Amino acid sequence: MTTTPLRTSTTTDHLDLLESHAIFILREVVAECERPVLLFSGGKDSAVLLHLAVKAFAPQQLPFPVMHIDTGQNFPEVIEFRDAMVERVGARLVVAKVQDTIDQGKVQDPGAMGSRNRLQTVTLLDAINDNNFDAAFGGARRDEDKARAKERILSFRDTFGQWDPRKQRPELWQIYQGKVNPGESVRAFPLSDWTELDVWQYIQREQMALPEIYFAHERDVVMRDGMYLAIGPFVEARESETVEHLSVRFRTVGDANCTGAVKSRAATLEAIIDEVALANVSERGATRADDKFSETAMEDRKREGYF
Amino acid sequence: MQLATKDLLRLATIGSVDDGKSTLIGRILVDTRQLFDDQLDAVAEASEKRGVGDLDLSFVTDGLRAEREQGITIDVAYRYATSPTRKFIIADCPGHVQYTGNMATGASTADLALVVLDVASGLKEQTRRHLCIAALLGVRSIIVAVNKMDAVDWSKLAFDRVVDEIQALARDLDFTSVSIIPVSALLGDNVVESSVHFPWYEGPTVLEALESSEAGAWEHTTTRGARLPIQWVLRQSGGGRTYAGMVNGDTFHVGDRVTLLPANIETTITAMNFGGEAISQATVGLAADVALADETNAGRGDLIATAPLPSVVNELKTTICWFGEKPLVIGQRLKMKHTSKVTPVRVKLINGVIDIEKLDIDESTSLNTNDIGLATLQTADLLVVDDYRANRVTGSFVLIDEATNATVAAGMVGHASFL
Repeated sequence: MTTTPLRTSTTTDHLDLLESHAIFILREVVAECERPVLLFSGGKDSAVLLHLAVKAFAPQQLPFPVMHIDTGQNFPEVIEFRDAMVERVGARLVVAKVQDTIDQGKVQDPGAMGSRNRLQTVTLLDAINDNNFDAAFGGARRDEDKARAKERILSFRDTFGQWDPRKQRPELWQIYQGKVNPGESVRAFPLSDWTELDVWQYIQREQMALPEIYFAHERDVVMRDGMYLAIGPFVEARESETVEHLSVRFRTVGDANCTGAVKSRAATLEAIIDEVALANVSERGATRADDKFSETAMEDRKREGYF
Repeated sequence: MQLATKDLLRLATIGSVDDGKSTLIGRILVDTRQLFDDQLDAVAEASEKRGVGDLDLSFVTDGLRAEREQGITIDVAYRYATSPTRKFIIADCPGHVQYTGNMATGASTADLALVVLDVASGLKEQTRRHLCIAALLGVRSIIVAVNKMDAVDWSKLAFDRVVDEIQALARDLDFTSVSIIPVSALLGDNVVESSVHFPWYEGPTVLEALESSEAGAWEHTTTRGARLPIQWVLRQSGGGRTYAGMVNGDTFHVGDRVTLLPANIETTITAMNFGGEAISQATVGLAADVALADETNAGRGDLIATAPLPSVVNELKTTICWFGEKPLVIGQRLKMKHTSKVTPVRVKLINGVIDIEKLDIDESTSLNTNDIGLATLQTADLLVVDDYRANRVTGSFVLIDEATNATVAAGMVGHASFL
């Protein structure tokens, strides 16, 4: 089915509203919770979140550390960007490694090429427990997925980190109450009401830096499960697959072996915004193998304690 | 910086279960081509799997496993849409009485309510309850989609009968803008595209009504005094402190005479910042921080205000939407979160429960789950409040269960005029 999407907007005044709302949420959670942490992957959404956190507490340092759940299957450009950003804002970086969770025998090693995506939930929950974090900021947006569309801005999690979509706290007006008992926690999503296009327009307006892989570049890829995967340490071409050399970019950044590239010549923010406004396929649909397991893949992972 | 913008409209769907709220939102999103191809394919696949036809539009927003299995909406889904003139944040709310707290969650941030009702059954009790809650929450504009017109053979008579009922209730509830539109969400008539089936109807489609609605954030400009509930104290690099919070009520300017409450200290705003940059004024909705001329020990929970000043109270008359599983009773202790302040409260009196059918107050000494009632609360700490109808931020609060920390009530300072 081919249609011309109608997603363009002529004005960006709403970005001011979204920005202030996110800053308000950041301050409110920091004030209400004892030990917050900001989940930072180096992707565009968490980069926007970190940018907003800096604004929320300027001129002071961030009143919380940032944490990366490192699957060990990263794009090198993203890790470079992560470290540069953390240094620039002077934040304390906590890295929780999926490899450590594997070494401790808590989860099965899926092998060098196997996906560690699902394993990171265990690493995340361990890191939250070990550090006594009672609130974790994430860059998730409600337009990403139908289960995320249902989640509160402050998402209550029980002592196992689980989300119960049938028992969400009423969340009225802009009163965010993050009180929890010991062992329980909240996930806070200040970008809940942002769309993919809002994020790109904001990045452009704020002249933010991003990992280079978001912009069009040439690389070797193979088509697998309807997505272009980048050939590299975590993806090898299988016998039946043909390696192609294409101009591509990444719409999302996750693990190198489950994040697909899209064919693109958009090398600037302006070109990306035009491309996003006209896209026929959703961000996660185009690029994330982890959402294609089943109809309710995201809901199932969230119930287990995922971001 | 100007935050009040006509380019964003927040709306919530309200109405009884099975009258077609989710289907209508699905229809709007599909017919305005907001959905990506893969999302549409996924809805088609899920529809086929559950044997509910080629494309069950309610699956566009009913994304949870249990919702699709049961064919109902359990919790609010937020969806985003853009037309050439405007962006929309859509809260698709559940209709079932059991999930009234979730409906109130969706409606509490709405500028406009999109009411959906089945033409054959008219105004059900649950639709009246939702309209009453929306009115209490301060929604002033409604668009009423009289749905399932295809099932009554597009009958003007059936439509007119419902229109009279709606108009009477809308008058009682003080809505200021009411559009009533005959639609078939299932077939798409009068949702985005106009319809050949309504030669007798000359008004807008649902989308046209949404695009031209005057409800919206820019409407909230008032002359009722600027308010800044302090969220956080920032230490400035050259020494000194600024007080961070979101502005509401009216604009603050550098040089404004302000009062710090509840301490009641008069002082002047000497500087303001946003994100570390100096600004000269801060409009409603801006997350700013302000510096004050005089040394105060202001902190989180205090409020900076311009005249007319809010009230400082430790006892207040309120309107309560009770979501707790057990009844709310006189003498009960809870915690209240009001702006950035959390304080213990005690229920001094329950002044009655609202009869949804008659919009009267019945005598009662307790409130059951999903009741709306009037209660007098005593607070341990002094609160700085406005009447809810004057200010949605300083006039609203939630009640929290002390043991579980669950949010068990939405509360508003004062009583609506229609009660």
